[in-house]
Amino acid sequence: MRSMLKTSVAAFAMLAAAMGAASADGLTGNLKIFLDTSNPAPRATMEEMIAQFQEKNPDLTIETTVIDREAYKTQIRNFLTANAPDVATWYAANRMRPYVEAGLFEDVSDLWDGTELGENLASTKGAMTIDGKQWGVPYTYYQWGVYYRKDIFDELGLSEPATWEEEKANCQKIIDAGKKCYTIGTKFLWTAGGWFDYLNMRTNGFDFHMDLLTGKEKWTSDKVRQTFANWRELIDMGAFIDNHQTYSWQEALPFMVKGDAAAYLMGNFAVAALRDGGLTDDQLDFYQFVEITPGVEKAEDAPTDTFHIPANAENKENAREFLKFVASADVQTWINDGKHLGQLPVNSKSSVDQDKFLEQGFEMLSSNSPGGVAQFFDRDAPAEMAKVAMEGLQEFMVKPDNLDKILDRLDRAQERIYK
Amino acid sequence: MAQASVTETRQSSWWHRNQQQLTPWLFLAPGILFFLFYVIFPIFQSFNLSLYEWDGLGQAEFVGLYNYDELYYDDAFYTSLKNNVIWLLLYLLAIPAGLFIALFLNQTVTGIRLYKSLFFFPFVISQVVVGLVFTWFYDPTFGILNVLLGAVGLPPMNVLGDENWVTVGIIVAGLWPQTAYCMILYLTGLNAVDPEQIEAGRLDGAKGWRMLWYIIVPQLRPATFIAFVVTIIGALRSFDLISVMTNGGPFGASRVLSFYMFEVALSEYGFRMGYGAAIAVVLFLIMLAFIAYFLWSMYKEERAR
Repeated sequence: MRSMLKTSVAAFAMLAAAMGAASADGLTGNLKIFLDTSNPAPRATMEEMIAQFQEKNPDLTIETTVIDREAYKTQIRNFLTANAPDVATWYAANRMRPYVEAGLFEDVSDLWDGTELGENLASTKGAMTIDGKQWGVPYTYYQWGVYYRKDIFDELGLSEPATWEEEKANCQKIIDAGKKCYTIGTKFLWTAGGWFDYLNMRTNGFDFHMDLLTGKEKWTSDKVRQTFANWRELIDMGAFIDNHQTYSWQEALPFMVKGDAAAYLMGNFAVAALRDGGLTDDQLDFYQFVEITPGVEKAEDAPTDTFHIPANAENKENAREFLKFVASADVQTWINDGKHLGQLPVNSKSSVDQDKFLEQGFEMLSSNSPGGVAQFFDRDAPAEMAKVAMEGLQEFMVKPDNLDKILDRLDRAQERIYK
Repeated sequence: MAQASVTETRQSSWWHRNQQQLTPWLFLAPGILFFLFYVIFPIFQSFNLSLYEWDGLGQAEFVGLYNYDELYYDDAFYTSLKNNVIWLLLYLLAIPAGLFIALFLNQTVTGIRLYKSLFFFPFVISQVVVGLVFTWFYDPTFGILNVLLGAVGLPPMNVLGDENWVTVGIIVAGLWPQTAYCMILYLTGLNAVDPEQIEAGRLDGAKGWRMLWYIIVPQLRPATFIAFVVTIIGALRSFDLISVMTNGGPFGASRVLSFYMFEVALSEYGFRMGYGAAIAVVLFLIMLAFIAYFLWSMYKEERAR
């Protein structure tokens, strides 16, 4: 039976090769997939994508488990060591480092080296590389930037700013009109990390920012203090909504929807939520975070979500085929379009959907981000440092006078964490 | 007949002689085994783990008392410890509050059962729901608390966003179900109060507070003891409310030891199992002090009988 199966697979593979079809055709056996895409739209997209893969491989038994996105972050440690799936979602850069170092992710450099796929994914190769090897493939990423209420800007006679002075001048007019410039909810801390990413990358540049997050620069340095001084200008103006420490990022949305705040520094996923809140595309627009120190090359945050093969997986060949399928140009085009994930495809042969935010984001990341592309504060810094630092950032936003205390604390934490 | 008696003596030899002593142990055996394996053994495991530095994935590295040394210099640890003490003290308010509600409800009026169940209701609701309800209640922009404060001419406040108020705010939310729990304990206790003693007290001229303090409360001692135990344990276990209402924030001001331990070792950003275990050991020692006291006072009571 077994040999018969083997021969039939071989025959089928030959047939497939002869027909010039994709090599993914006709997989057999099992494929166990764990997903953290528990929000409605991503979940439906993933299920649709897996159904397509199933259709191409009718003899493959696919078992999909969707785990709540937050719970997944703690469960991954358990299931990678015991009872590993064949494919699991995760995040790029430093966020995957603990699992790579513990030998829990499979080295998939063979998918990258010298292959067409590797060439097409070149833009995210750096984020997937640790110790010179690649440990997974990306399936989506998205831009960060300032989403603002165009109707409010028009009403107050403002235009998209390009420099720090213009940004502050705009903000002053918004405040004079009795509104807040930016909404933000820092209860879960990472939103403050986004602000720091941009302020520090614009004040001191991408390389300095990365050195700081990887422990090569000190938090008490004058350069970091300059970043905080810039931030403080906004805080002292009253640019941010009050009581932001009590809100999650979703709870901060109504301020913008109701027009009490004019803009939101966020990832592109906020667009769907703002549209759901009742804002039309005429009311909403996007601009790249402004220049602060003239001459510093602009760099952007673009967090990348990824697929990995656990080292303990049982069906690694099937998993590799699945990874190739996910990252292929066609699949990348449709899963990232406005009807599905509403984000940017990672494959350079894919096309970006007709959506003004995706188009602007794609344009910005491909041609207007010469400094580099960062993942995000809590993905570039080690988890422990990110936690301590983001707590400090939140404290600074509420009590800017505590800055010295906060920076000393971060310095101490840094000495302990990066040994 | 003779054959039977021979077997009987053979069978009865050891088992029969010790049956009386063995049977309880046999019945207890499964319980004891599970208790040893799931409670006692992990305690020693935690002690051991607290001497290591381990990310939960790779190799554990022996570091001696380093984790404890670090605790000593950790501001966040002291914040958590301080909050634990505040929790222990303020949470005890549930006992007198429960007693007074129980006294108030301990009367025969039509529909009293309905009122009793309504008062008991918060204890039935999940802590997560209690947390959410109070979060909305405290919401600085839309919450009813600021509407009420405004109505009496007080300035608005952001309870959960202010590092000085946040712990108190969460405890108030926790007191709501805990008071209901103490109330039910006292209601049962009040059923057992001896009417003759009340009668005697009344003849001797006891009334109001004196009656309560000298006649009723002493008779409620068993209920008070249980209420005390569950409240102390509830205060030390306070985790879900903090997780739901503030997630430890703002900037870590509402953390308690159990929450800090979770954050350090098990949460999204936590990879420090050894450090988490060290916090767990400290928490265990605090609990041990209370447990020892409870056991001691129970032992004393048994002896007095």
